[in-house]
Amino acid sequence: MRVEGYGREIDRAQPVGYRFDGVSRRGLLGDTLASALLAEDVRLVGRSFKYHRPRGVLTAGSEEPNALVTVGRGARQDPNVRATTLPLFDGLEAVSQNRWPSLDFDAMALTDLAAPFLGAGFYYKTFMWPKAFWEKLYEPLIRRAAGLGALSGEPIEEQYEKAFGFCDLLVIGGGPAGIMAALAAAASGLDVILADEQDRLGGRLLSEDEQIDGQPAHLWVAAQAQALAGAGVRVMTGTTVTGVYDQGSFGALERISATQDPADATPVACFWRIAARRAVLAAGALERPIAFENNDRPGVMLAGALRSYLHRWGVAPGRRVAVFGNNDDAHRTARDLAAAGVRVSALVDARPDAQNLAGDVPFYPGAVVTGTTGRKGLTGIMLRKQGGAQIRVEAQALGVSGGWNPTLHLACHLGRKPVWNPGLAAFVPGDGMVPGMRVVGAARGAFDTASALAEGAEAGLAMAEALGRRRADVAVPQAVAAGYGIHALWAVPGGGRAWLDFQNDVTVKDVTQAAAENYRSVEHMKRYTTQGMATDQGKSSNVGALAVLADATARSIAETGVTTFRPPFVPVPIAAMGAGAQGKGFAPERRTTSDAASRARGAPMIEAGLWYRPSYFPRAGETTWRDACDREVRMVRESVGICDVSTLGKIALQGPDTGAFLDLVYANMFSTLKPGRVRYGLMLREDGHVMDDGTTARLSEQEWVMTTTTAAAGQVMRHLEFVQQAYAPDKAVRLTSVTEHWAQFAVAGPKARALLNTLLDAPLDDTRWPFMACGPVTVCGIAGRLFRISFSGEHAYEVAVPARYGAALFERLVAQAEAMGGGAYGMEALNVLRIEKGHITHAEIHGRTTAFDIGFGRMVSAKKDCIGKVLSQRPGLTGDSRAQFVGLRSLGGEIPAGGHLFAEEAKPVAAHDEGYVTSTCYSPTLGEVRALGFLTNGRARHGERIKMVDHMRGITTLCEVTDPVAFDPEGGRVRG
Amino acid sequence: MRLTCPLCGERDRREFYYQGAAEALQRPDPQAPAQVWSDWVHLRDNPAGRTRDLWFHEAGCGAWLAVERDTVTHEIFSVERIDAG
Repeated sequence: MRVEGYGREIDRAQPVGYRFDGVSRRGLLGDTLASALLAEDVRLVGRSFKYHRPRGVLTAGSEEPNALVTVGRGARQDPNVRATTLPLFDGLEAVSQNRWPSLDFDAMALTDLAAPFLGAGFYYKTFMWPKAFWEKLYEPLIRRAAGLGALSGEPIEEQYEKAFGFCDLLVIGGGPAGIMAALAAAASGLDVILADEQDRLGGRLLSEDEQIDGQPAHLWVAAQAQALAGAGVRVMTGTTVTGVYDQGSFGALERISATQDPADATPVACFWRIAARRAVLAAGALERPIAFENNDRPGVMLAGALRSYLHRWGVAPGRRVAVFGNNDDAHRTARDLAAAGVRVSALVDARPDAQNLAGDVPFYPGAVVTGTTGRKGLTGIMLRKQGGAQIRVEAQALGVSGGWNPTLHLACHLGRKPVWNPGLAAFVPGDGMVPGMRVVGAARGAFDTASALAEGAEAGLAMAEALGRRRADVAVPQAVAAGYGIHALWAVPGGGRAWLDFQNDVTVKDVTQAAAENYRSVEHMKRYTTQGMATDQGKSSNVGALAVLADATARSIAETGVTTFRPPFVPVPIAAMGAGAQGKGFAPERRTTSDAASRARGAPMIEAGLWYRPSYFPRAGETTWRDACDREVRMVRESVGICDVSTLGKIALQGPDTGAFLDLVYANMFSTLKPGRVRYGLMLREDGHVMDDGTTARLSEQEWVMTTTTAAAGQVMRHLEFVQQAYAPDKAVRLTSVTEHWAQFAVAGPKARALLNTLLDAPLDDTRWPFMACGPVTVCGIAGRLFRISFSGEHAYEVAVPARYGAALFERLVAQAEAMGGGAYGMEALNVLRIEKGHITHAEIHGRTTAFDIGFGRMVSAKKDCIGKVLSQRPGLTGDSRAQFVGLRSLGGEIPAGGHLFAEEAKPVAAHDEGYVTSTCYSPTLGEVRALGFLTNGRARHGERIKMVDHMRGITTLCEVTDPVAFDPEGGRVRG
Repeated sequence: MRLTCPLCGERDRREFYYQGAAEALQRPDPQAPAQVWSDWVHLRDNPAGRTRDLWFHEAGCGAWLAVERDTVTHEIFSVERIDAG
């Protein structure tokens, strides 16, 4: 029900319509889903994980274990949303979880009757036999019966964002301590980010009836929001710091838009990665319940949460409310409710010597609550008074306070453990748990407002001083230093089920049973009982459960210790962490300068790493890719073809020692190369296997340009930088990646020179431009570079111009080629041309082949050292036993890449394996199927018949072993 | 994780490419026995504690860096250019 005159955050003039489980309801602007439901006396909001017990709202914050709902539909369906932190908006549709057919009548609640058989570890004991039943029967059954909300299974539609933040000081928590820390640090000159999980600053002050500097605390907060903005503090509300990482890195989830409107393009959330030089943790504290029989009835809530609902949203969850606690703070709830006109039917305090701080309410010192009545909603409590008399008290709600646990999770994320403080009956952070972080206020166990303000201010100033600033003059506001006086009480002794972990249905008995079965370590107890798992990660149950475990194992709580705290502090959608990295964000497209022209010609594009390259250029009348490919191959062999080769890595090398440097990275000799000449080079890894190949041109005395394969461009650049910086720091050579700076096109075929002569300012001839020549040229008035190199085996050139002229040059080259009976060719034809010539690609140099294997053993120069030289000569990396590079000619049928080679009569099993196929094509030039591969001692076996078996496709083909070079073995065409 | 590049300053670890132990810097003499070479290429310690490894500032200045750090506490003791000495 609503309480007149209360509710600081709601606007009574602005109703908000929403639906819960299909029923239209009405809340107020400023409500959360939980406050709106409680205002309409909806106490039953969910069913428990295992036993399907009716459950209601427990808390008023992100630690909520019970009130989890599913919001939205289809691709926008979001499960396990906490009703306590979900701002109400017009049109919100929320449904309860883990019940069938309805929340009110849940057939699965029968599970609760079977509870005696379903205690801790029941999975491990009950479903042992027969083994096959686990996967087929038991697990699907359990999965259907137990659980939380479900995902839609559809790709998400919502927008998520990511962002990076930097600051001197990150203040985590915007309560009194955090506000003062941020103000003091900013006043001293620090760049500060203040992040708070709630939609407004204030922390616990929003929920209390307190004074600061003579004014109501929540109004003081509002004034500080202005002061923070004035001081330049970046205030991030609705932002939960979710994790602490190394060297001052933090993760934070900012919730931006709660609407489910498909038309709303506002991101749902943004995941921040914040780098901060220092941090102040002022995250406050979380209240914990006390275990007693049937303490999970809807209506049993935390005492502090009752104050939040009263002060923030003007809501009391019943006409009669009782309070049960073991500390002074619980009395505030009784006091505030009574002041608001809510009938307080009992203030039960477990401490025998407790004084009533709540005024005129029925007070029971030295008493405990021993049970509750009402299945789907609390109707009354049983209490045992001092002296032992049992009475029943009517109540629709019960506020419980077992004390407060400092919210120290983030301080533990780097692996340090907190320390037990017996006086506070709580774990508190030790010093230096996170380098550069200080913990203040309630998060450190200083629960009163006066201490929080003072500690926050001091931390802000100390951080400024640590970063070399002068401490500003900051006045600490006046506030109450209320007492706490806790006397630990974890569980009220008695029969029946007393719940510790509401989210995972773990009782006191489950924990004692775990201990009895020797799961004495807190980590083992957690896994055996499932206590502390799922969305709330045991925020309100961990300390209680380990206290019960300590008792059951006759150890102190300090000896028992805590489980490991890991990020994230609250659930983070994977979509938020991976924002921007889906689809093309994960694999951006790299396009060449000829991309548009290739697509305009209808070329299907294929991926080469992140690059897109044309597969083939279809022409009218061609029905398959093979038609186009065969025609393009013939075109290159008979007239002229154009191919964009810009994706190959290009590295500029400059300096007088470049030649000597290349001698070190290449297996063969480069320092002897003359300016104006190109040489093929083979690069090894230090373990003796081939890394990459390519050509390097010496443009002038000190200016060289290397090409790498498309795939290995990044790897080779890293490798060259490493070799230079690690082994040749004294060599005067500098490396620059220029892959994207130059557009480069192969012009290949008997008419290549004739074609180029139509575009070059000076004609080419064999004297100045023999095979493997290079040099500057002027292409249509543009300064470019020309290399007489050939991958196709034809008379060919590669012409390079600055990338901005690439598109224009490609059009000119192709138009000219077409006029001469040629045209553009794609990757398929390029591949056929090189297979006919026995040229290798990474299909052959796949990381397990040596220079010897590919027939380039003699390229490893004997005259000099090079990377990989010593180990390339290891025993076993050369000789007859190696699978050597060969050509394969089909004697009928396909030779698929991946097929294996066997002696003609041998059974095709692994023991008889003699090699494998790496590349294959139909050669239109030779009119037969041709392949490349590796065969044991293959170079000595040219002319032999061998059997290719592709087990996967079920193909067997007889082949003839040949030299890898199938076409023009003398190389006459390339020089002609 | 953040590394302080001697040339660029403090940067996020996403800018760096991780390579492995800094032993790679001590390349044996070409005349050294094959066993020495094989050990150098293949054998690496896996310490719980101080370690020195190589990071390439690939999305930055292109410097190869030797980083001394603790694999247990994640503390970083030094970041140096490998070509500085």
